[in-house]
Amino acid sequence: MTVHVPDVAGRPGDPSITDALVAEHGLKGDEYQRVLDILGREPTYTELGVFSVMWSEHCSYKTSRIHLGTLPTSGPRVLQGPGENAGVVDIGDGLAVCFKMESHNHPSFIEPFQGAATGVGGILRDVFTMGARPIALLNSLRFGAADHEKTKFLLPGVVAGIAGYGNCVGVPTVAGEVNFHPSYNGNILVNAMAVGLLRSDAIFRGVAAGPGNPVLYVGARTGRDGIHGATMASDTFEEGVEKPRPTVQVGDPYTEKLLIEACLELMREDAIVAIQDMGAAGLTSSSVEMAGRGGTGLLLDVAKVPAAAEGMTPYEFLLSESQERMLIVSVRGKEHIVERVFRKWDLEAVVIGRVTDDGLWTIAEGDNIVASIPVDALTDAAPVYDRPHREPAGFAERQVEPSYPPAGDCGDVLLKLLASPDIADKRWVYRQYDHMVQLGTVVRPGAADAAVVRVPNTEKALSLTTDCNSVWVKAHPHMGTQGAVAEAARNVACTGAEPLAVTDCLNFGNPERPEVMWEFVQSIEGMGVALRELDIPVVSGNVSLYNETSDVSIHPTPGIGMVGLIERREHTVGMGFPENGHRVVLLGTPRPTLGATAYGRVIHASETGAPPTVHWDDERSLLATLREGIEAGVIVAAHDAADGGLGVALAEMALAGGRAGGLGDGLGAGVALEGLGSAESRERFLFGETHGCAWVCVSNDSVGALRKLAQTHGCSARVVGTVGGDSLLVTDEAGAVLDVPVGRLRAAWEGGLVEAVGLSALPQRP
Amino acid sequence: MRFGVVTFPGSNCDHDAYHVIKNVAQREATFLWHKETDLSGVDAIVLPGGFSYGDSLRCGAIARFSPIMDEVRKFADAGGPVIGICNGFQVLTEAGLLPGAMLRNQGLTFICEDAYLQVANGHLPWTGLCPETIVAPIAHHDGCYYADADTLARLEGEGQVAFRYCDRSGEVTEASNPNGSLNSIAGITNARGNVLGMMPHPERNAEAELGDASGAWVFRSVVKAFLEGEVGR
Repeated sequence: MTVHVPDVAGRPGDPSITDALVAEHGLKGDEYQRVLDILGREPTYTELGVFSVMWSEHCSYKTSRIHLGTLPTSGPRVLQGPGENAGVVDIGDGLAVCFKMESHNHPSFIEPFQGAATGVGGILRDVFTMGARPIALLNSLRFGAADHEKTKFLLPGVVAGIAGYGNCVGVPTVAGEVNFHPSYNGNILVNAMAVGLLRSDAIFRGVAAGPGNPVLYVGARTGRDGIHGATMASDTFEEGVEKPRPTVQVGDPYTEKLLIEACLELMREDAIVAIQDMGAAGLTSSSVEMAGRGGTGLLLDVAKVPAAAEGMTPYEFLLSESQERMLIVSVRGKEHIVERVFRKWDLEAVVIGRVTDDGLWTIAEGDNIVASIPVDALTDAAPVYDRPHREPAGFAERQVEPSYPPAGDCGDVLLKLLASPDIADKRWVYRQYDHMVQLGTVVRPGAADAAVVRVPNTEKALSLTTDCNSVWVKAHPHMGTQGAVAEAARNVACTGAEPLAVTDCLNFGNPERPEVMWEFVQSIEGMGVALRELDIPVVSGNVSLYNETSDVSIHPTPGIGMVGLIERREHTVGMGFPENGHRVVLLGTPRPTLGATAYGRVIHASETGAPPTVHWDDERSLLATLREGIEAGVIVAAHDAADGGLGVALAEMALAGGRAGGLGDGLGAGVALEGLGSAESRERFLFGETHGCAWVCVSNDSVGALRKLAQTHGCSARVVGTVGGDSLLVTDEAGAVLDVPVGRLRAAWEGGLVEAVGLSALPQRP
Repeated sequence: MRFGVVTFPGSNCDHDAYHVIKNVAQREATFLWHKETDLSGVDAIVLPGGFSYGDSLRCGAIARFSPIMDEVRKFADAGGPVIGICNGFQVLTEAGLLPGAMLRNQGLTFICEDAYLQVANGHLPWTGLCPETIVAPIAHHDGCYYADADTLARLEGEGQVAFRYCDRSGEVTEASNPNGSLNSIAGITNARGNVLGMMPHPERNAEAELGDASGAWVFRSVVKAFLEGEVGR
């Protein structure tokens, strides 16, 4: 569509457009020239603000877009891929699952409680906007070193913020990750994922169609909070430099709860054409995106927007990131239905404009036009960069497996690993999250490799996990990201699920550094390989760049949120050793390496070396064996080796043991291994990290059935031990390799996080 | 027998209670919107968990002014069975239908965890079928029960303490008290026994798939008591 851009006069009192003002708005010289070319005139102050946020990295994906385009996003089950508020995947029986993961890193570092809380609120809106009832939340958290002075303040703040929001809206927080590394000392990561259920024939989208249809503003009022949050999220931090604070928003989960109920109730009426969350860049990005998808225009009057403060300017209305607001296009003549439903829930719903057919995004303040910009200039015509990328010096040399002097006492190594904050018990965290509301949580936090949430009125369940070992990704971005996807897939398979699809949350440093950009490009390539090998798509996601403070970039952290489907949840398993006499089986082929491992970090203060390699044929046969073995009721417990390797995995099974499918009081086991060899290779086998294998338990009677099933899939199955006793005993031909009472494992594991960070101690488990 | 589940703005366990009544206790259930002034002839009332009015002012302090609360009070005064779970318990204390108040948890954080409950009085309409101990998860930030000494003595003397936090063997100890509640109180009734308030969520442990299902006995107890004419208007 050829769009004529009208002249727009500046508003009295607006600052004049100077080079300094343009630079303050984060627009580079050539970008501003592009603005001038598009408009054919100087922008007004309001328009400058709009270009600034819409062309920010956060909203425009200008650095990442060409690379993200290489990822697989379609498949027979995909009902909605990337580009909408969230992805939607068919799960059969007329139902679908909607999910997305998003970062809220910068706000959470400034104000951990509100930053984390509003991160949860935003991701929930993305999901219920699609017509889905949110049924689960997950989160992936990265803090600086456990003993860094800020961690003790940031961790409790973030956890309380997630709890304060998620608990109040009544959506269970069922799983997540909490990891620590000095690369996050000045830039923590708070990634939240929401999962919702909907009918597959009732998906709502943010497509502003039908010129003349009214546009309604619903939810909380607009204040001056969070102005330019999206621009801040596209910038780096500098230590000692205090940036203006009002860019952190304040959340109100109570209003969000009302908004969820009102929106879902409204969606049962035949009254709305489109609905969109107001997230980053608020009213601006939500309205622009809706018009962009619809190929239409919009005319909005900011004077009609419910205001939380007096004297707000159009600039402020458009850029505010006040929370708990949505934009709705209703069917003309049915506005009253929207208003009635929202009034029932004590929420505002106001007509603020209409859909047009002129391809222009036009903003009025009463009778005066204050901005008028072609819609596609803000969406499709946003700048796209192919930034230079370069392999960092010494990368190849670092791929050699380190040779560490053996620590000697494997029991001692195991206890140290269990007490390290990445591996230690996370009860301090998840105890503060309501993880049971909605009565769906079949497998609770800590009891399995993934959370299992049942699908009401069916035999199905969803298996949910987030994964990323950023030390692996730092060591080798391509293989490390493949590893993150492989681990996520194993985690859902260890509950009996088939991996369905992925949402990604890509946290990286400053992309203007070629070495960081290289990490990004390599990581996306690795993710593409992994997704194609597993034949699953990515359906939604988020990119967070410029995670850098005082020239230190974070470890690349491409978080993988995975949803798996369990068709019949009757036999879903946890990780704990279920009961005495069960056999312990090593499924698959371990290829442990000491490169980039928890063992290297904790025991030898080193993270050098290449991460474990994924062998996709092995991985697929393992996944199939796990899934089918669990569904058939043959496998009664399963746990893959992750941080800390096969030894830590065994210890975790012992710690959770004694209660099938849940968290028990602990149960020992005796495991006899062969050919472990030297002290060094013993430690490599037990604590090296590896893909392609998992420990499982079967009853004595089922050993044959498991062997047969594994053989069908070309998967190795070695029966190596028996559940029982009060100790974890591992032997080889030379005798005991480790022999540690479960009580000692428990003391190390339960106390690890609290001691490392200096948190308040917990009472005993009930 | 038909249950009414009240939905306040911010209630978030209303659907859970509804589900358990319908699918576990196998009774009829209906939602009652808080602005209504008619109980639609229900035989029992559930004030569910959640964050009514976002816990503004104090938990439950505003919900007690919702129009439906006048009807709930009349229903309770007439002997109808009423249960307030978690936020519902807080609403009942704010409304004066039960004595005492809830303070912030002693550890100051929100706690979501299984709780073992000793059934302190097994002869109430809500506990008649309960075994000696049940498991019901807690999920609250403000669940530390407080009452003045006289009230506490009366509750203890009159058998109004329905549940106490205990350990797995049924023993009430300091370590088994998760939130600092006086006398380890997890649930109390009014003098007549028809109104029960409890911080733990029996509806969260009413199905084997979610735990040991012992929470279901709370609902089954009141159904039996109602059907046998021991409770009701």
